[in-house]
Amino acid sequence: MLLEVENLVTRFYTSEGVVHAVNGVSYNIDHGETLAIVGESGCGKSVSVRSIMRLIPQPPGKIESGRVMFKGRDLLGLNDEQIRKVRGNEIAMIFQDPMTSLNPVLTIERQITEALEQHWKMSGAAATQRAAELLEMVSIPNARARLKDYPYQFSGGMRQRAMVAMALACEPDLLIADEPTTALDVTIQSQIVNLVRRLQQQTNMAIIWITHDLGVVARLAQRVMVMYAGYVIEAAPVKELYGNPRHPYTLGLLGSLPRLDAPPNTRLFSIPGQPPDQVALPEGCPFAPRCHMVIERCLHEMPPEEPVSEHHHVACWRKDDVGNGGPRVRQS
Amino acid sequence: MSGNHKPKVLLSVQNLKKYFPIRQGMVIRRHVGDVKAVDDVSFDIYEGETLGLVGESGCGKTTVGRTLLRLYEPTGGKVFFDGQDITRLSPSEMRAARRKMQMIFQDPYASLNPRMTVGNIISEPMLYHRIVSRADRDERVRELLEMVGLRAYFAKRYPHEFSGGQRQRIGIARSLALEPSFIVCDEPISALDVSIQAQIVNLLEELQDTLGLTYLFIAHDLSMVRHISDRIAVMYLGKIVELTDRNELYDNPLHPYTKALLSAVPIPDPVIEEQREIIELEGDVPSPSNPPKGCNFNTRCPLAQPHCFEAEPPLVEVSPGHHVACHLVEPTETA
Repeated sequence: MLLEVENLVTRFYTSEGVVHAVNGVSYNIDHGETLAIVGESGCGKSVSVRSIMRLIPQPPGKIESGRVMFKGRDLLGLNDEQIRKVRGNEIAMIFQDPMTSLNPVLTIERQITEALEQHWKMSGAAATQRAAELLEMVSIPNARARLKDYPYQFSGGMRQRAMVAMALACEPDLLIADEPTTALDVTIQSQIVNLVRRLQQQTNMAIIWITHDLGVVARLAQRVMVMYAGYVIEAAPVKELYGNPRHPYTLGLLGSLPRLDAPPNTRLFSIPGQPPDQVALPEGCPFAPRCHMVIERCLHEMPPEEPVSEHHHVACWRKDDVGNGGPRVRQS
Repeated sequence: MSGNHKPKVLLSVQNLKKYFPIRQGMVIRRHVGDVKAVDDVSFDIYEGETLGLVGESGCGKTTVGRTLLRLYEPTGGKVFFDGQDITRLSPSEMRAARRKMQMIFQDPYASLNPRMTVGNIISEPMLYHRIVSRADRDERVRELLEMVGLRAYFAKRYPHEFSGGQRQRIGIARSLALEPSFIVCDEPISALDVSIQAQIVNLLEELQDTLGLTYLFIAHDLSMVRHISDRIAVMYLGKIVELTDRNELYDNPLHPYTKALLSAVPIPDPVIEEQREIIELEGDVPSPSNPPKGCNFNTRCPLAQPHCFEAEPPLVEVSPGHHVACHLVEPTETA
């Protein structure tokens, strides 16, 4: 196993109170695999992944407990210099907004060669050559000339390609993609998704793809983890999750999507209410106040993540009552 | 829409243009060019229907919505609302006309004044247009809040106390305050989480059923547009490239851009995604200040012919109710 995260807990100590961002999350991923983490804003999907690279601002953030085993080492036990050698080298990351995550006053070339200098001690013509190859690899036309450009001279899609090139500069074993296509148009999103998939086949890297778009997940992931209020509430291989969701929240999410292939004039299934305030999480299951299948026990006790089949885990007291055979959509 | 009688046209847009001038020079601001945000767009919206307007960022869809309410002054063209050309109205006549035409904005954080209570936000348009007395105001605010699924006592609170979905409901209540017949919904769900999007879309549909509203629904999310719209117009670089019935558009898209756009939208079903063939468009949308000669789409079109680089294709009805602007699409014999 390339990466094993066990029982990760991350909290933020703010003036408003303690934000329980990640509450005991465990997952793993192997070489060549794509794991998608889905959930709504504030559910802890980004924090649970940024914690493994220790990219949590401390304070106010604090990784309270857990283990992050990456190629046999616990990343949480490394000192600052050791973790810097992992970041951008063995684990790389691409972010949601390519405009704010690229440095506006450095050329694209400089931004790519920086990682090569740091980790591979590569410089001068060799680094430039490698940077040009990387830009070509992400299909930027006229790559060698475009190296001298600044980020503002690139369009949104090209910036995201440049970020992918930067991330892949040192041939990482794990690529973390934090909503990399959310700010892009659908035709550009499609280009980036296909690009990353193609590069994964060439390099056999593992990918953790964070998103709220269940369509993108269906297109690229092998396994999916659904998060809610800092908990993993369901995890399964992608076809299993879409075909046989066993948590009422997953069921609701899938039902609330309009589908291009659905019969028209069906009213959408909507989940009432809104996600809880993570400063004051309700006792018991955090989804209970919105759940249409809630029972007394849900209000007092958080259900553990338990298997319903070999690779399918669900945290719900009523997982055995949630219907088999896909989401049910209310007819209008 | 049911029945055989011809539905009434509520809003008719004819050859609408909106150019934003590009000026250069610090002192003498020379006019050096135009961003052709909306370039000769025509369409009708029937009473009680939802017309979806889709396209990628920068294609001019929001500008269409704003120009037809005259929040931007049109550069050219006419907009008939209920038979009246609103582009010729004086400012005071236009203010009166706006009572019937309202807008819901994309960003529920930026579109509500943080210093006003929800009650004041909702009642401001009514007091301005003098359609309710101060005495009846609270009663009407309560009614509107309940109509959009909020509690009446929320009227005393401020916008920052609400979540994104709740704020969007407040924005909807404000737009309903004047009892409009037509609402421009400018990406009303783009800023919201998935589970909340469905709530707002259902609310918009319920309000349409009970109040007989007509919507222009602007969005880039094609699956949601299909869900809510009766007919859909697809825009690319300031022009409408295809306009037809919702089912026809998804079952039988004719314009190469529409085809690519539909295929780029991932379907939330891994079994279908595995088998789908995806048309990938190369490159980006050209700049609207310097659109390509001939067909706008020729720089990215996988099927472009020499003719496409010379002449601009007009929007023609190729079969009943199905309008396409493409040289490569032949009208069917029944048209």
